[in-house]
Amino acid sequence: MINNSPVLVPLLFLASAISIPVLAIKKTKVAYPVTIVASFLSVVISSYNIFCVWRDGPLTYHFGGWFPPIGIEYVLDPLSSFIALVVNVVAFFVLWHSSGIQEGEIPGKSVPYYALTLLFLCGANGIIVTGDLFNLYVFLEIFALAGYGLIGIGEKQAPVASFRYLIMGTVGASFYLLGIGFLYIVTGSLNMADVRNILPHVYGNPALAAALSLIVIGMGIKMAIFPLHGWLPDAYTYAPSTTSALVAPIGTKVAAYVIIRILFFVFGVKFVSQSLPITDLIAWLAAIGIIYGSVMAMAQKEMKRMLAYSSIAQIGYIGLGIGLANPLGYIGAVLHILNHAFMKGSLFLVAANLRKNAGHSDISKLDASYRKKLPWSMAAFTLAALSMIGLPPTAGFFSKWYLALGAIDKGNWVFLAVILISSLLNAVYFFRILEKVYLAPPPAQTAGEDLPPETKRREGSLIGEEKYSLMIPVVILSFSLLLIGLLNANIVKEVIQRIIPLGM
Amino acid sequence: MTDFILGHYVYWSIIALLIIGLYGMIFKNNLAKKLIGMTIFQVSIIMFYVASAVKWSATVPVLDPVTGVADAAKYISPLQHCLMLTAIVVGVATSGVAFSLAILIYRHYKTLDESVLLERMKSP
Repeated sequence: MINNSPVLVPLLFLASAISIPVLAIKKTKVAYPVTIVASFLSVVISSYNIFCVWRDGPLTYHFGGWFPPIGIEYVLDPLSSFIALVVNVVAFFVLWHSSGIQEGEIPGKSVPYYALTLLFLCGANGIIVTGDLFNLYVFLEIFALAGYGLIGIGEKQAPVASFRYLIMGTVGASFYLLGIGFLYIVTGSLNMADVRNILPHVYGNPALAAALSLIVIGMGIKMAIFPLHGWLPDAYTYAPSTTSALVAPIGTKVAAYVIIRILFFVFGVKFVSQSLPITDLIAWLAAIGIIYGSVMAMAQKEMKRMLAYSSIAQIGYIGLGIGLANPLGYIGAVLHILNHAFMKGSLFLVAANLRKNAGHSDISKLDASYRKKLPWSMAAFTLAALSMIGLPPTAGFFSKWYLALGAIDKGNWVFLAVILISSLLNAVYFFRILEKVYLAPPPAQTAGEDLPPETKRREGSLIGEEKYSLMIPVVILSFSLLLIGLLNANIVKEVIQRIIPLGM
Repeated sequence: MTDFILGHYVYWSIIALLIIGLYGMIFKNNLAKKLIGMTIFQVSIIMFYVASAVKWSATVPVLDPVTGVADAAKYISPLQHCLMLTAIVVGVATSGVAFSLAILIYRHYKTLDESVLLERMKSP
């Protein structure tokens, strides 16, 4: 069905990103309202889109009225509409939360910051909806360039981390470009659906193997799959809190989506599983990454850095699900994209609240007073941590469950062991925080803390030092983990079952 | 064998450029030199696309009344060139962001040398 709706969200973000610097000439305060309204509209449009796709099947839009394969096509199929909704919902909560910490962390830079944020989201949505391989590259670079800016705006070390990310990210994007160059030479088309139809005629061509490997390596860098993760820890640690909370759930997931799209929807399961052992390679690297990320996370003293390493491990789960290349593993991977976006979003927002309220996010300095001062943040942290470990009925359990079932289905017991061991390691590094906060006896009251809580309350604060805008998004994100967990059977049956690629 | 090498000399030179670019990015200590490597790397990919559009005994993809439109094989493929115009723009934007980050780094640490930089990052 041809419809305008696939193009609406990227255009909305692009238009608002451009309008922010213009509108903010006189008043810099308009940047935030424009951002949050655009983000809210994107959530509304993507919810409507997923509903339409559900009812009518895939929606397509042809740019300039040129029909594919000549023109550029935007496609909303069940997979892209689902990922778009996840990205936009998480981004909305993170941006809502950003109003409270923005001025404290990067004073006076709200106009460029929000403009870049919207460009970043424009790129993410563009990557998700586009049906054209080269157009995907362009959006990938919009997305990445905005991301470098968002990271580089942070602490003193941030430009160095961002520079390193830029070098590696550019190599990744260039490999992707080289890969689609090979694909274009062989097939003569850049439209994904068209390439899919042409490919069976040229299956024997060795250039296809080169194209596939280059694309997977390139996107593997963006996704931070194990040996290509070098840019991630520094970038997440030194970036402003909002950026970490935005890039961690969205940035790597979008790259994972591109790998799923290219492997299973462009090359096709049959070709991928017969030509090269690339899915096995992804699965094994992901398995190493899961263990490596978890072990490194245990060694970290700073919360954001710990979460960054834990991201590498969680990306490993998604990579493992992709690499298993069977329906159960695939369900696990897609479900984990959803779960990890919510979990990491809320964990990074809690780290942001700690930095805002306590001035640090150093794990060794946490003690029992934090559960009094920041009760809601800590409750949210606990819930998200339990979900990361994978305790039922939180969401994290179910994606690991499907991954484990996929590993059993494949008959690979090493992967099953990896999933179980990593859950144990997750428990170690999260419980050491929970222990400090909840199980340690309350510290002896010092003179400064003797004051009754009423005198500490400021305007707009609910309990302790937390503002509504800092608290509510975190709480909603983490409590929705319970909801996702309880509704996971419906999500899998109604949504993810429909997006299992043909022939899997 | 010589045919294999000579017949694909364009691609061999592109591969050489690609490796020079990668070498610069990985082994050079100076951030500006890394960026030079990155640019060489991107240019090699642009040349790969342009080389793939080349065709013997064909003309530029501009409508020529003498050649006409009946035989499309008489024009070289314009698509790769259009794609690479976009890729050049993307490359320029990347360089712009990269150089502004390098300037920020220099302002904070007064150096662009990576080994010195890492030492100065450790001692705040």
